[in-house]
Amino acid sequence: MATDGGSSVTAPVLQTTRRCPYAPPDEHTRLRDTASGISQVTLPSGQVAWALGRLEHIRAMLTDPRFSSDRQHPNFPRFTREQPAFGLMRPSMIQLDPPEHGPARKAVIGEFTVRRMAGLRPRVQQIVDEHIDAMLAGPRPADLVRALALPVPSLVICEQLGVPYRDHDFFQSHSSALLSRNVTADERQQAVKELRDYLKELIAEKAADPADDLLGRQLAQGNDPEDVLSLAFLLLIAGHETTANMISLGVVTLLERPDELVALREDPARTLPAIEELLRVYTIAEFANSRVAVEDVEMGGVTIRAGDPVLALSNAANHDPSAFDEADEIKLDRGARNHVAFGFGIHQCLGQNLARMELQIVFDTLFRRIPTLRLAAPADRLPYKNDAFIYGIHEVPVTWEDPA
Amino acid sequence: MTKIVADLDRCVGAGQCVLTDPDAFDQSDEDGTVVVIQDTPADDEALKRARVAVDICPSRALSLTE
Ligand code: SF4
Repeated sequence: MATDGGSSVTAPVLQTTRRCPYAPPDEHTRLRDTASGISQVTLPSGQVAWALGRLEHIRAMLTDPRFSSDRQHPNFPRFTREQPAFGLMRPSMIQLDPPEHGPARKAVIGEFTVRRMAGLRPRVQQIVDEHIDAMLAGPRPADLVRALALPVPSLVICEQLGVPYRDHDFFQSHSSALLSRNVTADERQQAVKELRDYLKELIAEKAADPADDLLGRQLAQGNDPEDVLSLAFLLLIAGHETTANMISLGVVTLLERPDELVALREDPARTLPAIEELLRVYTIAEFANSRVAVEDVEMGGVTIRAGDPVLALSNAANHDPSAFDEADEIKLDRGARNHVAFGFGIHQCLGQNLARMELQIVFDTLFRRIPTLRLAAPADRLPYKNDAFIYGIHEVPVTWEDPA
Repeated sequence: MTKIVADLDRCVGAGQCVLTDPDAFDQSDEDGTVVVIQDTPADDEALKRARVAVDICPSRALSLTE
């Protein structure tokens, strides 16, 4: 447990729900703006952890091998009371430290290069167009989440991995059970087991009858089916809801800024910088950058001891005024890519260029094809996911005019 | 003259460098690691992009040498 130079203090319980969609919780900002930017907090698990609020410290921690990603370490920061169940699967690359991490990641990064993602564009465009066609043919208002935001990334990752899309509903319900803070430990455990069993069977089928998809290629390269299973699990969960939430949040943000939306529609070169800014502002996986110290580390005037849990307040750090000018403003042309929305260090998101490409195609296509698109409910009344590990919106009612 | 140096053992293939300057960086088809295709920035703009790439690279795989 973390100690404060021997004097025992009661660390405040960390607030984990957002009140404003555009801003980190006030308390996180306050912790960031203390003299050192490093404080002790009590997590919902009862653990006392160091919380880093500044971008500079977080980037330093995430590139420092004295901090471990081993989620099975008893002091790894946890957001639930229960100890997570391990042993259902081998650890995937996000849980591995060097030297095991490198080979695990290198086995799969060739599948996610910028060039590979560019090659997927025509198919993603087709998927986006089909879903917009279906939405336009359906009733108004439509729920953008069900019509577009969820199915597009979900279909893309399923196709890429070689998971039949008919099983998409199964993935949808299981991954939301994994990401919600409001399910019991048993329910979460059950969801993990069912997903694992499903993927195990799929991988066995692919091993018997090799297919030219990501999982098939992993097996063909001679990777152990148990490791392919952990990888499949990780990629499905990571590829499912994250991009979906960024689509919903991005569409709402852009619809609320009609002038900037016009500028974006007229100049597609503005889309990628806008996406980067939306990633920064929302930081949807705000607690994904957690570590446990494995050696003593001096940082910002405090000593983090070996065994101390450490948490990055990534959302507050992405609004850190010492790293970003007018950090609390949304500036779609800011062009700052030094944020930690995809993490930093060796574990930085593998699928980030897939996510950027999907977001780019969705925004460009949606606003071009439906110029009259508007929200059918006030933006500040939408059901934001204050109860999930990954921030987003449950439902986004939208409507539009008939084409003239 | 400033040169871009890449440490392939550190590279984790995030492709941030390619996004920063596709004229200077590419990724190997095989394992996704960085390939420096233009290691001497030709002008100030290219040098600026190289500095951004060094700062943005998540695994600290890139550096500049004089
Ligand atoms: S940004 Fe760094 S880690 Fe990513 S591909 Fe380039 S050199 Fe490798």
